[in-house]
Amino acid sequence: MTLSDLWVSFPLVVLVGGTLILMIGVSIVRTHRLALGLTLLALILSLAAHDISLDHITEGGYELFGLLNVSGVQVFFNALFLLGATVTALFAYPYFDARVERCEEFYILLLTATAGAMVVAAATHFASFILGLEILSISLYAMIAYPRQSHPPLEAAAKYLVLSAVASSAILMGMALTYTATGTMAFAEITLSPESGERSYFLLGQALICVGIAFKLSLVPFHMWTPDVYQGAPAVVTGYVATVSKGAVIALLITYVQSTDVLSYDGVFYAVVFVAVASMIVGNLLALLQTNVKRLLAYSSIAHLGYLLIAVLVVNTARPELVLETILLYVAAYFIITLAAFGIVNLTSEHETEDNEQLEAYAGLFWRNPLLASILTAVALALAGIPLTVGFIAKFYVFAAGVEGTAWALIWALLIGSAIGVFYYLRLIYTMVKEVQPGATALPRIGTQSVVAVTVLGLLIVVLGVYPTPMIDMVRSIVQSSGF
Amino acid sequence: MTILYLILFLLGAGLVACLVERTNANAPRWISLFAFIIATIWTGAIWLGGADPETGFYVTGELSWIPALGINVLLKVDGLSLVLIGLTTILGVIAVVSSWSEINVSRGFFQFNILWVMAGVIGVFCAYDLFLFFFFWEVMLIPMYFLIAIWGHEDRSYAAMKFFLFTQVSGLLMLVAIIALVWINYANTGVITFSYDELLNVELSGTVGSLLMLGFFIAFITKLPSVPVHTWLPDAHTQAPTAGSVILAGILLKTGGYGLIRFTVPLFEEASRDFAFVAMLLGVISILYGGYMAYSQSDFKRLVAYSSIAHMGFILVGVYAFNELGMQGAIVTMIAHGFSTAALFMMAGSLQERLHTREMSQMGGLWVKAPRMGAMTMFFVIASVGMPGLGNFIGEFLVLLGAFKVNVPLTVLATVGIVVAAVYGLSLMQRSFQGTPNAQVATMQDFGFREMSVYAIMIVALVWIGIYPQHVLDLAQPTLDALGIAL
Repeated sequence: MTLSDLWVSFPLVVLVGGTLILMIGVSIVRTHRLALGLTLLALILSLAAHDISLDHITEGGYELFGLLNVSGVQVFFNALFLLGATVTALFAYPYFDARVERCEEFYILLLTATAGAMVVAAATHFASFILGLEILSISLYAMIAYPRQSHPPLEAAAKYLVLSAVASSAILMGMALTYTATGTMAFAEITLSPESGERSYFLLGQALICVGIAFKLSLVPFHMWTPDVYQGAPAVVTGYVATVSKGAVIALLITYVQSTDVLSYDGVFYAVVFVAVASMIVGNLLALLQTNVKRLLAYSSIAHLGYLLIAVLVVNTARPELVLETILLYVAAYFIITLAAFGIVNLTSEHETEDNEQLEAYAGLFWRNPLLASILTAVALALAGIPLTVGFIAKFYVFAAGVEGTAWALIWALLIGSAIGVFYYLRLIYTMVKEVQPGATALPRIGTQSVVAVTVLGLLIVVLGVYPTPMIDMVRSIVQSSGF
Repeated sequence: MTILYLILFLLGAGLVACLVERTNANAPRWISLFAFIIATIWTGAIWLGGADPETGFYVTGELSWIPALGINVLLKVDGLSLVLIGLTTILGVIAVVSSWSEINVSRGFFQFNILWVMAGVIGVFCAYDLFLFFFFWEVMLIPMYFLIAIWGHEDRSYAAMKFFLFTQVSGLLMLVAIIALVWINYANTGVITFSYDELLNVELSGTVGSLLMLGFFIAFITKLPSVPVHTWLPDAHTQAPTAGSVILAGILLKTGGYGLIRFTVPLFEEASRDFAFVAMLLGVISILYGGYMAYSQSDFKRLVAYSSIAHMGFILVGVYAFNELGMQGAIVTMIAHGFSTAALFMMAGSLQERLHTREMSQMGGLWVKAPRMGAMTMFFVIASVGMPGLGNFIGEFLVLLGAFKVNVPLTVLATVGIVVAAVYGLSLMQRSFQGTPNAQVATMQDFGFREMSVYAIMIVALVWIGIYPQHVLDLAQPTLDALGIAL
């Protein structure tokens, strides 16, 4: 291990070190405020440490121990994870403070999950992939079940535990089969030599890995867990599951597709096309039927991951730079929008009861709290991909990538999906502008830091939607430096 | 940059109107009124400033926006844009005055939406970058959605949703067509640009050209609207508050006609020529169907809404006649219809405010109690029917002249539409203002100074266009010359 190895892995080291300090700290003094402070410090220091590691990363990325590869793309994803975790911590403080007796361990889990996400995002080897994935998933089980006195989180955690374990075993089995066929576990070496007789093992292995990834990304037909888990988990955790855990798998998907070129096998390609189209159509259609905002957002996220897959699918027909640019922009936009959405759900929730998740509970929000309602309107418009919001820029890029890759069938699915989507996003907006219902209770008092966090997210949605140049320039320079 | 400042001025006025409501509930409408008056004077000043003799543009503005994709804030105002911007700002004044006493909840946010929708429309009328154009095209939807959804009548949720859905989905088709056009240009030249002037030169093969043309065409005729994508209009117009109907009928429909003239025809000239017969046929069907449906309505507002579909059919016929007369006729019709229909929607709003109904069976004999309202309705019905000497006549007559050169049978059918217009127009007049007075009518209040002054503006405009249309024709002529198509 050289010194520059250390510098490149420094952000991860800082994060893990922070986790240890927090763990020891919590066992000595139990103060919620201190735990939050240490967590935020660890997250911000880890973010700052990326600045150091960037100096040592060369074009094409820096190879770490044969397990990880850190390039600009990974730094980008890590920054998103850390910011997502920061927002989650800020929202979690008032949420758990009012509901749960001992909240400090939540932050330990938050930090380990984020570390797991960073490992997954940088993985170039089956070993690091599965290790990272399990660190992430196991932390998530506990995070989902954290308000352990109430029933829905426990149910959601149990569901997620069982189904996620099945997906993990599918991935493991796929890895084993791939290893049988190719004799390697490093992504870059996974190719099927023409004379090899193990073609069926190889394809089956790839199929199983794809199933596992599709499960983690909640793509149709492996999406069954999503609405239940989104609904049952506390809103803060749902926001984290929807963003960081999916973002990590997307980053892995980029590396995997790029280094194994798995999409050049027709069978795999058309299977993924099917998954993408099904996600766009089914996700949007089922979202139409929801009267629960968390479930609605769950189905909407299924559809959005389907849109994102369009960019992945044209990797061999469009310019690779455009593909990568699209994915990064889309993920960044999706992070901002989703965190804001669950932030609002969280902020409008009463302390004693379950989360504020029924659509009807949002009736008249425009007149009760114009600020939160405006932000949620921006969120809904962004999810629908209407201009003025960052969601439009993201969707525009997907259209552009699809057109350049001449993927017309996928574009039609995107059009149909968006058309259905407008319907239920508008219904959410319409609910908010309705008259306040007679029996409506006052909104809970909202802490300053949460309001600031959600306002910043709301502003980002609009500002980056109107003037996306800084974001596009940043992503473009990352793409150029990564040598994709 | 003047035009960008004008747009920003309206946006800023909207924010101010929204924020001052807390301190003074009456302030927003005054702010909005003055903003539109200033904008009108501003537009007049641009007109008087004259066009640059070399380029033919009155004002231009360019600002870097998303250089990575070759997208700029590129705004140019030529004669056609200027006329339509003028119409927008004047109708802004009219919309604010017409809703003066109608709106009692969240007046600030109401004026905010009016100002923002108008700012978006002005952007549509002068954007020369296709991305920017699409941006404004979609942005004007959101405030309009709120206007219908918050301050609309009983069935507002359905109407607002339908309006948004139709325009948004057809807009997405246009977005795909825009991106495809840009990427074809990129494949040919190696440059990504959304600039209108650059994209005019793209060479397209027959099928691709037709498909892309359809993407634009569907988006524009949805907005116009034409049969078969017109079904959102009767609902949206009927359910919208008065100011919303005025804006929808007066301006938003015109963005569709403008789009056809500015984008569909020049960008895809060949494909458009091949498609001209179908487009004209759709126009004629709209004229006859709109007229027929208008006659069978019992709701005052719905009748006017369907009559809009008929009038917009003339625009489609005129544009696709592919000659100067037809295009000029379409443009004059756009302006004249803007005033005449806005006036009729205002009348529907005033009646609803006084009688709490839009059903004509509940009206009758109103002239006795409200002679001024009766006279105004008479004037604008007559104008809308196409009486010579008023603006609508000039527009529709020119369209028919232009179409006659191209296709006689379709022109004859379109002319029948004018007869139908007389039938439904006069029946509207008879059912509401003539006949035996209804009991409710006894207490009805006639128009006051505020209403009459607004109607006076519209009467002057219609008479002006009707008697001396040369001003509008002269303004639009350079635009038609510059379209780069042989008319």
